[in-house]
Amino acid sequence: MTNTDWPLWEVFVRSRRGLSHTHAGSLHAPDAEFALRNARDLYTRRGEGVSIWVVPAAAITASSPDEKDPFFEPSADKPYRHPTFYEIPEGVKHL
Amino acid sequence: MTATVSASAALALGDDALVLSHRLGEWAGHAPVLEEEVALANIALDLLGQARVLLSMAGDEDELAYLREERAFRNLQLVEQPGGDFAHTIARQLYFSTYQHLLYADLAAGDGPFAPLAAKAVKEVAYHRDHAEQWTLRLGDGTDVSHERMRLACAELWRFTGEMFQPVEGLDADWAGMEQAWLESIGAVLGRATLSVPEGPRTGAWSAGAGRQGLHTESFGRMLAEMQHLHRSHPGASW
Amino acid sequence: MATAAAHRTAATSAYGAQDTADTAAYERAFDAAVAADERIEPRDWMPDAYRATLVRQIAQHAHSEIIGMQPEANWITRAPSLRRKAILMAKVQDEAGHGLYLYSAAETLGTGRDELLDKLHSGRQKYSSIFNYPTLTWADVGAIGWLVDGAAITNQVPLCRCSYGPYARAMVRVCKEESFHQRQGYELLLALSKGTPEQHAMAQDAVNRWWWPSLMMFGPPDDESQHSAQSMAWKIKRHSNDELRQRFVDICVPQAESLGLTLPDPDLRWNEERGHHDFGAIDWTEFWEVLKGNGPCNEQRITQRRRAHDEGAWVREAAAAYAAKRSGATGPGGTATGPGGTEGAQA
Repeated sequence: MTNTDWPLWEVFVRSRRGLSHTHAGSLHAPDAEFALRNARDLYTRRGEGVSIWVVPAAAITASSPDEKDPFFEPSADKPYRHPTFYEIPEGVKHL
Repeated sequence: MTATVSASAALALGDDALVLSHRLGEWAGHAPVLEEEVALANIALDLLGQARVLLSMAGDEDELAYLREERAFRNLQLVEQPGGDFAHTIARQLYFSTYQHLLYADLAAGDGPFAPLAAKAVKEVAYHRDHAEQWTLRLGDGTDVSHERMRLACAELWRFTGEMFQPVEGLDADWAGMEQAWLESIGAVLGRATLSVPEGPRTGAWSAGAGRQGLHTESFGRMLAEMQHLHRSHPGASW
Repeated sequence: MATAAAHRTAATSAYGAQDTADTAAYERAFDAAVAADERIEPRDWMPDAYRATLVRQIAQHAHSEIIGMQPEANWITRAPSLRRKAILMAKVQDEAGHGLYLYSAAETLGTGRDELLDKLHSGRQKYSSIFNYPTLTWADVGAIGWLVDGAAITNQVPLCRCSYGPYARAMVRVCKEESFHQRQGYELLLALSKGTPEQHAMAQDAVNRWWWPSLMMFGPPDDESQHSAQSMAWKIKRHSNDELRQRFVDICVPQAESLGLTLPDPDLRWNEERGHHDFGAIDWTEFWEVLKGNGPCNEQRITQRRRAHDEGAWVREAAAAYAAKRSGATGPGGTATGPGGTEGAQA
């Protein structure tokens, strides 16, 4: 790797107030200041955002697809966590 | 101050924006890194937008841009300076955007005819200035090569900076105060970038106030020839 | 950059040596996901050939965007009105942006942008041949917008449903922005066509020169296309070259009429029976020649790209050196590319 190879950053954009930041894409930048500016130029040039986060891609820890089952399946059989699990007599309001 | 637009002031500001936008547009497809293609184009587009509003205050934007001769342009010589390397572009951006930011902030605070435009443009220009500062720091305090290139670029363009603070007819601004603020700001940025403030003269027998009076440098004529040729080849056509 | 390898290690390490059995299981899961029209995400297991095909296609696509800046940037400094100049600058800027979205998508597969640019500069990876034609007049800017971007959109809209998630998402963004490109081209040509006789002639000349190369953009006929069948099976590609080409011709004919311009094909006519337009034979010799490097601008385009990259090296080095001084840490790029970045995190 040459020293002209800028690190990769992940970009998260809040599209408007009241919404959370969502992943928009990634880009290269030499440092955080430029990552922010490049993100502004690249991902919000049509007014797509009001706030930006940039994160070094290398700083992200991700769940592995191999662990998908142990990670996520156990939550699938607990319907009592959802409001629709419960039967409420007709006519009862504000529940 | 009355709301009457001074055509010569609109031309001075409009030509600055038009010509610098053109010079930045020359980077398209040549930038040092893809992210910078996008950044430079953004700045060029902001400036072109300003130019269109300003020229329209003085007349028809296309007639003014495409049908005037070199001697009728009122832009600073600084903005017409040709290509050079990326350091030259950044030095030119630093000098000009710092000036433009001070001027637009001043105009935006007043109630003159340029206040509405300046209020919008001052935000754009703040970003241009930030971009130039960020790059000045990196080029100045990057490698030996970049330091030397940036030093050279700042020095070469220095002699075009005095002209910026010649009062423009029809613009009510605190020119001396702005010049002071400009010198302080540039000195601070260059200092942080481990560069020293160039020592040469900032005005000369030729460069002082020259662009504003329609006296330009040699490369400007060629720039206009390229910019205007197609438009002029089809008189009266619409595009 | 060892990231592609890292991907595979990540997928296999947890399961140690039972590779063969697991690979078969992975492959079944992959096939099932593709069959069910689910998206494949960066950290999922995928066949090596699928990964290689995607990298090749996404890279070629990204290269096309950035090489494609050149023929149009050629007219930025000569645009005949300030309105047109702003539009053209914004368009060329978008192309740089599209290149960036696409390099990012390729990067999720473990291939860094530097490596891809290197392959472009050394001729080991291609870009769309269409950009090896010159822009000789202002009308060419319009013809590129209408025909070249039009053909690109026809090709690209189905890619928004491509089986590989990051590519599909990049294409959604690209397609949204491309429709501005096509419309501005059409509008530009319309102004010329309805303008002076000289302007009209300029527009017709441009359409004459760009029509056939645009049809070639869909690639060789289906029976000669080497990658098509597998890509269709993997749902990287959704329609055949000939199918998309036909769709494009059918779209363009009425648009040309509204423009008041003709398409340079004497054999072009409506076929009631097929419900499509018949069109003349494409000169595939020209296509293969340009692809081989013998087009009018191959040399020039790559030289300019390489020069911009080489001349920019000191700038990139400076920024990296500055960042290294600031962080005081391992040095520039020391923390560079994790495998696939967060796109991976979202898998």
